[in-house]
Amino acid sequence: MRMSQKDSFVKFEKVDKSYDGEILVVKDLNLDVPKGEFLTMLGPSGSGKTTVLMMLAGFETPTSGEIYLDGNPISSIPPNKRGIGMVFQNYALFPHMTVKENLAFPLEVRKMEKTEIDEKVGNALAMVELQDFGNRMPLQLSGGQQQRVALARSLVFEPRLVLMDEPLGALDKNLREQMQYEIKHIHEKIGITVVYVTHDQSEALTMSNRIAVFNDGKIQQISSPDILYEKPNSSFVAQFIGENNQLKGKVKSINGENCIVTTESGDDIHALKINVNNNGDGSLVSLRPERVAINSSENFENNFDAKVKELIYLGDHIRSRVEVCGNDQFIVKIPNSYKEANLKEGSTVKLSWKASDSRALDLN
Amino acid sequence: MNQTQTSTGPILTTDGIPLKVSLKKAERINKIRAFLLVLPLLAFILITFLVPIGDMLARSVDDRQINTVFPKTFEVYKKWDRQGLPSEEVYKTMFFELKNSEGYSVGKASTRMNYSKSGWKSLLKKSKRKFKKIEEGPFKEQMIAIDKKWADPEYWLALGQMVDPTTMGYYLNAVDLKYDSSKNIVQQKENRRIYNKTWIKTFKVSLLVTLFCLLLGYPISYLLATLPMKYSNLLMICVLLPFWTSLLVRTVAWMVMLQQKGVLNNLLVMSNLIADENRFQLMYNQTAVVIVMTQILLPFMVLPLYSVMKTISPTYMRAALNLGASPMHAFYKIYMPNSVPGVSAGCLLVFIIAIGYYITPELVGGKDGQMVGNWIAYHLKTTLNWGLCASLGAILLAMMTVLYWAYNKIVGIENIKLG
Repeated sequence: MRMSQKDSFVKFEKVDKSYDGEILVVKDLNLDVPKGEFLTMLGPSGSGKTTVLMMLAGFETPTSGEIYLDGNPISSIPPNKRGIGMVFQNYALFPHMTVKENLAFPLEVRKMEKTEIDEKVGNALAMVELQDFGNRMPLQLSGGQQQRVALARSLVFEPRLVLMDEPLGALDKNLREQMQYEIKHIHEKIGITVVYVTHDQSEALTMSNRIAVFNDGKIQQISSPDILYEKPNSSFVAQFIGENNQLKGKVKSINGENCIVTTESGDDIHALKINVNNNGDGSLVSLRPERVAINSSENFENNFDAKVKELIYLGDHIRSRVEVCGNDQFIVKIPNSYKEANLKEGSTVKLSWKASDSRALDLN
Repeated sequence: MNQTQTSTGPILTTDGIPLKVSLKKAERINKIRAFLLVLPLLAFILITFLVPIGDMLARSVDDRQINTVFPKTFEVYKKWDRQGLPSEEVYKTMFFELKNSEGYSVGKASTRMNYSKSGWKSLLKKSKRKFKKIEEGPFKEQMIAIDKKWADPEYWLALGQMVDPTTMGYYLNAVDLKYDSSKNIVQQKENRRIYNKTWIKTFKVSLLVTLFCLLLGYPISYLLATLPMKYSNLLMICVLLPFWTSLLVRTVAWMVMLQQKGVLNNLLVMSNLIADENRFQLMYNQTAVVIVMTQILLPFMVLPLYSVMKTISPTYMRAALNLGASPMHAFYKIYMPNSVPGVSAGCLLVFIIAIGYYITPELVGGKDGQMVGNWIAYHLKTTLNWGLCASLGAILLAMMTVLYWAYNKIVGIENIKLG
């Protein structure tokens, strides 16, 4: 038996998965999830994140490598013996059972006493605030209510780990945001370990302790939401998380942590060297729109004149599309409080930003 | 537009016509158009389905054909006190009505009279021939002289069953009962009791066929619904291929398979599993009917089952496993209840088709395997006792209606899914 690390409740060790013997949908996955963490696997469809979840639940077996739960290998344990809760994409509530019967199902399977079942079902319904809906059939509930029942059912038998496979995908935007907070609060209250799969980055940012960004069967970056947003370490992550300006060019010179990238328009951009290595390499410089100052008196490393192409009033801020360094899709978010008379479409403004806010990334 | 209109008046359209009238007019055109579209089908169903069924139902109680041949006789017959022999007047009316009637209608009437008391037919045939020579009365003695049956009160009493324009006689007949000469309901003679046995046999065969279809069809349908597309398509063709083959061809193929010197018995003998003299009797009995009908009706079970199972999301089973249920338990508690609509649709369909089945029992049933459908065909074609046919058919129809009603009470008809 291998040594179990204290902070590794779920561990993937060199896990590969292939369905057809030709293409690896999960490649050499190594992942540790400490107890009590809310980990989100985020990625576009086909990136392998759902496969990882299915292997953890036991519906798929790794082609090679091993998965450990609480220190024990689980690849040979069938799904019904793993004691892992799961919320399915379309809830998978049993349509011929009432809400209560659905919740009681995992408890009855475990041969619990009737009174204990009733108590636990009652508590679970109270947790998701559906006390009055116990005798309804699932199809008589709204999407949000069904979602909560599914959540309650995955928790009612007190599993060690709960998996959620895009549980909010079928809900409308408002409900989705509300449910994000509810799930987050429930997680905080009962301190359970959650592995959550989504392709919605705002969902991931809202709820997670850590986010693993998947692409092409691999984890591209795994870190807390703020690090992931502020310091993406590849152009894929930078594009996938949040809004992002990209300036394409070639590395002109490298100086320790910093480098200079020259765009096709001939402008030199001072940036942090993230994953470019040699002079002459192609690079995308990534920059968050809110880090760009407009007509600022402060002296940043990067200063360029830009032409305002479009202004969109969005209430809390004005979103402006400008042309700078040969990129006419460059977005700047101007605070609502900024009142400058000459800011109109066609006018020229001065943009400036720090070298430390611009990240020289690979060309993808 | 008129702006002065108050809120209390009817709402008008821009043409000034009340909105309700306009709406009705607009909708009426749509309704007429829709009705015209379904009209051909409606007429077709009416002519080929509802009218014949109504006619057959009417025939099962209709008893007027005699009244049209002997109307006057029945008038005077009604006055008779049913003691001893009827009066001279009854004999006289009967004499003239028989003598002046057409041979064809007498034939039909005598067939009916024969159902109440056998012997009537030959009596009328003989009498009509001999009546030609008789010109004047008294008729009673002359008729008795022609045939002594005219002096038998039994014959005259049997006529009493036919006085009313309607009769329950056919229905009684269909369940091995009859009227005796004084209109009491009694059992048929021992050797004429055939229908109750047939009813029981028909039910037994239909239930067995339904059961076997379910037992065989459920796993196939499950595979069809869960296998990957390329395998399930192949399997589907295997299920449907017999469906596309002529029923007669399939039945005859089974005859080749099952008979005593047939493929199956030969194989068993050749492989020394049974002795040559102990060959199984698999043909021309109920076993044959059940085997062949099961094979023929299997697609009617598989198709509704499959279409329902196709809608059962595989995540239900996954969810059940995830919640800790063993695969067997998950199947029993989650999958099976969700497949019930398909099971009931399939069973009802197979049972309904089986209970009225005719061709297979006819070909492979032998003496032992005849079902109600075969008796209906027999009376329809051979004895021409259409009243009995109609009553047998009506009882079948009534049984299915009761079954449907019971099913609706227990399971709920809205749970049926054919696709």
